Amino acid sequence: MVETVKQSAVSQSETPYLRISNVVKKFGDTAAVDGVDLEIRKNEIFALLGSSGCGKSTLLRMLAGMERPTSGKIILDGEDITGLAPYERPINMMFQSYALFPHMSVADNIAFGLKQDKLGKGEIDARVAEMLDLVQLRKYASRKPYQLSGGQQQRVALARSLAKRPKLLLLDEPLGALDKKLRQQTQLELVGTLEKVGVTCIMVTHDQEEAMTMATRIGIMSEGQLLQIGTPAEIYDYPNCRFTAEFIGETNVFSGPVVVDEPDRVEIESSDLGGRVWVDHGITGPKGMQVWASVRPEDVHVHVVPPAAGANTAKGVVHDIAYLGSFSIYHVKLGSGKVVKSMISANHWHENNVKAPTWGDPVYISWRPDMPVVLTR
Amino acid sequence: MNLMKMKAKFRLGKSAVISIPYVWMLLFFLVPFFIVLKISFAEQALAIPPFTSLLQEEDGVIRGLSLYFGNFSFIFSDELYAATYLSSLKVALVTTLMCLLLGYPIAYAIARTDPARRNILLMLVMLPFWTSFLLRVYAWMGLLNENGLINNLLLSLGVISEPLHMFHTDFSLYLVMLYAYLPFMILPLYSHLVKMDVRLLEAAADLGAGPIKAFFAITLPLSKNGIIAGSMMVFIPAVGEFVIPELVGGTDTLMIGKVLWNEFFDNNNWPMAASVAIIMVLMLIVPIALLHRYETRELEGKGNV
Repeated sequence: MVETVKQSAVSQSETPYLRISNVVKKFGDTAAVDGVDLEIRKNEIFALLGSSGCGKSTLLRMLAGMERPTSGKIILDGEDITGLAPYERPINMMFQSYALFPHMSVADNIAFGLKQDKLGKGEIDARVAEMLDLVQLRKYASRKPYQLSGGQQQRVALARSLAKRPKLLLLDEPLGALDKKLRQQTQLELVGTLEKVGVTCIMVTHDQEEAMTMATRIGIMSEGQLLQIGTPAEIYDYPNCRFTAEFIGETNVFSGPVVVDEPDRVEIESSDLGGRVWVDHGITGPKGMQVWASVRPEDVHVHVVPPAAGANTAKGVVHDIAYLGSFSIYHVKLGSGKVVKSMISANHWHENNVKAPTWGDPVYISWRPDMPVVLTR
Repeated sequence: MNLMKMKAKFRLGKSAVISIPYVWMLLFFLVPFFIVLKISFAEQALAIPPFTSLLQEEDGVIRGLSLYFGNFSFIFSDELYAATYLSSLKVALVTTLMCLLLGYPIAYAIARTDPARRNILLMLVMLPFWTSFLLRVYAWMGLLNENGLINNLLLSLGVISEPLHMFHTDFSLYLVMLYAYLPFMILPLYSHLVKMDVRLLEAAADLGAGPIKAFFAITLPLSKNGIIAGSMMVFIPAVGEFVIPELVGGTDTLMIGKVLWNEFFDNNNWPMAASVAIIMVLMLIVPIALLHRYETRELEGKGNV
């Protein structure tokens, strides 16, 4: 008995709950989704992140059944659902516009899906009440959607999509219709609700902050392809390409050929920097290969006196300072004309007993050799 | 001071704009209505105009008011009038239902095609209006006649050996009524259906409703106001329709429009014709009031969104 439980637990963690294999969707000649492979674990909150037109919404619509893949397979919980109509799938979606039925009350909106399953009236009422409690809208059960605020409508849409206890929940820009302040507050509230009911969830968003706050894993999409999949920390700290590095957070990219390639270090001759970028680990690639080194603004230091001469440093002038309260972003213009961003905490200068440099002051930038990430594409 | 002047000017301009439709209604609806109402309480007379005056005058001094209720009591006592009103309502109701059953799918199809083709299809719906209504009815006479186009075609093809009796029957009446009033059903239905958010249907499908269920649960209730508007646009004028029953309807078709014509032109009985018309207007006020109520409710609903 104990053994079988263990076995099933193991098999669950080994076989993914949702498997998308080599899915392609073409509209005419252009491929909106171009060969996507993705595996989602049970009870995971996965975010598809990308700018508009990257194919993330098309991928979501294929999961919902509103678009048919040109080729490829979608398997959910061991069942091939590629060819099923939307109303045959154990998947529910929360629409970006919410798509609440305007002629039905909040309770009737939530009950709609349950009625399609021909559940008994008692069961439907109980489930609707449970959902109303979950999103704290019990008092509003008999209101019509237009009588609710944007945030309340979002919660009705969530309750409606969770009422049928779907195997997979799809969220299309779940908070895109809310204003910024309400959005930040709602992000954690939404994650809390999703974790409470324990549902496997794929969300689509163009807002990296939203994806990083809410998702356990993120997939970066561009031009119909998944460029990188990982936890928010993995994607931020170890981007695998320039697109990801620049899309997630801010970064400074220095390009140039590899001039020294040893097992324990790499040196890149960068004309942008006017010197060499030195990285304290080796890369796999031939000498002379064109690469890009990405350095996050928080890893770039600004000095008023020259640091020890060598790599990873350059001279420049303060081009701009963006004061953001607890920290400032210094824009340092190098001799090459490249502007490097550096994030400096508000009390950095005070702690080091240095007068803060201001517009036009000559400064030096530097970073530690373990900070740059070398990107080959 | 200057600002107040401008405000006063603006208010004057606003009320001027608003007053135009009111003046129009007053001049061309309310005044004629009261003239007809006045005539309905008069008696037929051999005079010009052919009815008695309501005011009793003696030497230019008004002595009193004489209202004659004989027309109304005659209408209520003669069963033929009641039968005619009922028959008119029946014809209008059947026409409305036929227009709805045929017009809804047409309006739905137009609303769901891509926008470029939509305009062409709408044009085709409105195209008959470019030809005079009378001409179009006459064209149907040429089609449905015993030796009309349809009969000749079927005879020459050998489908039938005797000409079909289609003309001057209930069949021809309803066919031409349907033909004439269909656009008035399609256009308001279309304008409601095209506004509908198709994502609602995607949401319904997502929640497990197949296409037929989604239609009855979402599309139909959301087009309710379009159905009401279209039905009123067909029903109200169809009740008083004169030309179609006269030209293509059966000789035994009782329509209130025909009675009006007979009383007015054949019997020269203006007061009787006016009474018949007044009762018809009162009968129609109920559906008009309903339409008005739904229109205002819809406007208020939109204001809330």
